Amino acid sequence: MRRNLVLGGTLTALFALLALLSFVWTPHDVTALDIGGKLAPSSAEHWLGTDHFGRDMASMLMVGARISIAVALAAVGFGMALGVPLGLLAAARRGGLVDEVVMRGNDLVFAFPSLVIAILITAVFGPSVWNAILAIGIFNTPVFARVTRGAALSLWTLDYILAARVAGKGMLRISAEHILPNIANLLVVQATIQFAVGIIIEAGLSYVGLGAQPPTPSWGRMLAESQTMISFAPTLALYPGLAIVTMVLGLNLLGDGLRDALDPRMQRVRA
Amino acid sequence: MLTRLTSAAAVLALCAGGAFAQQTDITIGMVLEPPNLDPTGGAAAAIDEVVYANLFEGLTRFAPDGSVIPALAESWTISDDGLTYTFKLHDGVTFHDGTTMDAEDVKFSLDRARAADSTNAQKALFAGITDVTVIDPLTVQVTLGAPNGAFLFNMAWGDAVIVAPESVAQAATAPIGTGPFKFQDWVQGDRVELVAYENYWGEKPALTEATFKFIQDPTAAFGAMMAGDVDAFPNFPAPETLSQFDADPRFSVIVGSTEGETILAMNNKAPLLSDKRVREAISHAINRQDIIDGAMFGFGTPIGTHFAPHNPDYVDLTAQSAYDPDKAKALLAEAGAEGATLRLALPPPSYARRGGEIIAAQLRDVGLTVEITPLEWPQWLEQVFRGKDFDLTIVSHTEPADINIYARPDYYFQYDNADFRALIDELTLTTDPAKRTELNQQAQRMIADDYVNGYLFQLAKTGVANANIEGMWENSPTQANDLTGVRWTN
Repeated sequence: MRRNLVLGGTLTALFALLALLSFVWTPHDVTALDIGGKLAPSSAEHWLGTDHFGRDMASMLMVGARISIAVALAAVGFGMALGVPLGLLAAARRGGLVDEVVMRGNDLVFAFPSLVIAILITAVFGPSVWNAILAIGIFNTPVFARVTRGAALSLWTLDYILAARVAGKGMLRISAEHILPNIANLLVVQATIQFAVGIIIEAGLSYVGLGAQPPTPSWGRMLAESQTMISFAPTLALYPGLAIVTMVLGLNLLGDGLRDALDPRMQRVRA
Repeated sequence: MLTRLTSAAAVLALCAGGAFAQQTDITIGMVLEPPNLDPTGGAAAAIDEVVYANLFEGLTRFAPDGSVIPALAESWTISDDGLTYTFKLHDGVTFHDGTTMDAEDVKFSLDRARAADSTNAQKALFAGITDVTVIDPLTVQVTLGAPNGAFLFNMAWGDAVIVAPESVAQAATAPIGTGPFKFQDWVQGDRVELVAYENYWGEKPALTEATFKFIQDPTAAFGAMMAGDVDAFPNFPAPETLSQFDADPRFSVIVGSTEGETILAMNNKAPLLSDKRVREAISHAINRQDIIDGAMFGFGTPIGTHFAPHNPDYVDLTAQSAYDPDKAKALLAEAGAEGATLRLALPPPSYARRGGEIIAAQLRDVGLTVEITPLEWPQWLEQVFRGKDFDLTIVSHTEPADINIYARPDYYFQYDNADFRALIDELTLTTDPAKRTELNQQAQRMIADDYVNGYLFQLAKTGVANANIEGMWENSPTQANDLTGVRWTN
């Protein structure tokens, strides 16, 4: 029953490989315009045809994957770097003032619709890849803080933690040496899901023109630019749309698969 | 039973009659919403696109072919020295609030527009006026400081419409004019509604109601046309979809010319761009046909200077800045500007956003780095137009015969040339048509020789309308959606 894991892993790996490959090789230069050869259908030279500027769609999708993955990955990193320590701290000081402040701060961020605030941030600080990462990252923070705290809380009551406390280990050492390794599987699963959410928000920001700026291709902007041409050049919107769907689907399947594989309790149930 | 049948027949007949009665309301689509509705107090083209000839009228007006014809002034005489214009006004003209339009209103409007504290966006139109005198209620005399060959043309602009002193304060939100349509309602963010004015002095239009609906998104505009929510879109924002409308018998596609010189404006005071060689290099790096094909799907005429190609005085100077990347590279090397970085600010229209991507690619090909910043209109006006904080931008100058903007050193592209100013001063004073042609052509050559801006193409007017509508302007001699001659044919 590892179908989810295999399928999700394969799809994710495929996009990751295409993105990595785009650093060293793309079928065509994505910034090279060829107005005369615009809106060409699929051919041996242009596998997925060309867009309204005559750019190679396959190359643009490859570089677009790179941007999407980079932004989502960096935003997940941002969220984990900030959210996990906060969650560990809150769990260690459970019931105390620190716990209260961290968790109410979490609620505050959660209370705002993430995409709207992401649009606000990029609109105020100017559209760029970095601001997109920042905007998405901020909303990953409370997610990781909450997951971390919830999982850590249950561990703090266990005997081996008590033993560690009796042995004189401090709060920081226990969190780092005993709590974190035991909740890592949960965090990996959550990271996969946040990765998928990040891809969608990045596409959304690019779609409204607040993500990566031209000439850097991005899936969201490819969708936005092609929508007035959808009636006579549907593939221009179809390919980036399919790319987003497949990538997000792959990540979600991977997340499910990882959860099944990494969670010992669920394995026991199945056995 | 029989009575029932006859009444049913009567109902049917009524319905049929209703269906065949001529439609007299129209919904016009526009991309931009006007910031206010006072053409004498705002520069936005969208204001005139609602009110010009519909709600407000001036002494003269533009005909669909661009010629200047009488409007509120029935006739006029010009003194032999060209300094005194005596306008005879139409009798029986009333404003929409019922008050009479007379010579006092004309004097008020012109004096207001040329006053020192005037907020008129085109004050230069009135600069030559030294005095406005009321002779009698239907006669007004305008005295100029020097002869001005373009005075009647100037008076036809939307900025020169006649307003009444008692109602001008509310012109921004509930304008009162003399035109065939009066203001009904403005739902901000959505539409402006006009209705026919029953006491209009001239020939009454066929339409009784007109709604201007503002749809900025090209996809939404396409949908609104297809669904019939909008009857006509005189400046349709998505040229790529025109072929589809053309193939559909429900619609007619109207392609004409506009006064919109679309230029790659360069900040002539920016460190790099103050060097003429750099500007020349940029002009040679641009492939106009690629921009027209790529951004406008083939709609547009290449230009080599700031002048409309359909104007008889136009000189084709496109060859002077022909696409020549090697020459561009050589010029950049000569100016020591290889690999320089330039900022390119792009307002929302597709000619700018798409054209900007193409130009950025073309400039990259000659070794320049281009940073694209998309801006919304308010930001663009603030940062680029007023703040002059830009290197390059793309915009279409849609005012008619506006080469004189190059004589304004504080204008946003900051071209400062005393010779050019002298030339425009001379042009303003010249009334002889042959001499005006010569001066106009000299002016075109001068700005092309100085490579002030990159001259891209003349914006085409690409409109879509229900096939049953006739009388829409084919060309845009000024920014207007004149509905006075529009009618439904079904």
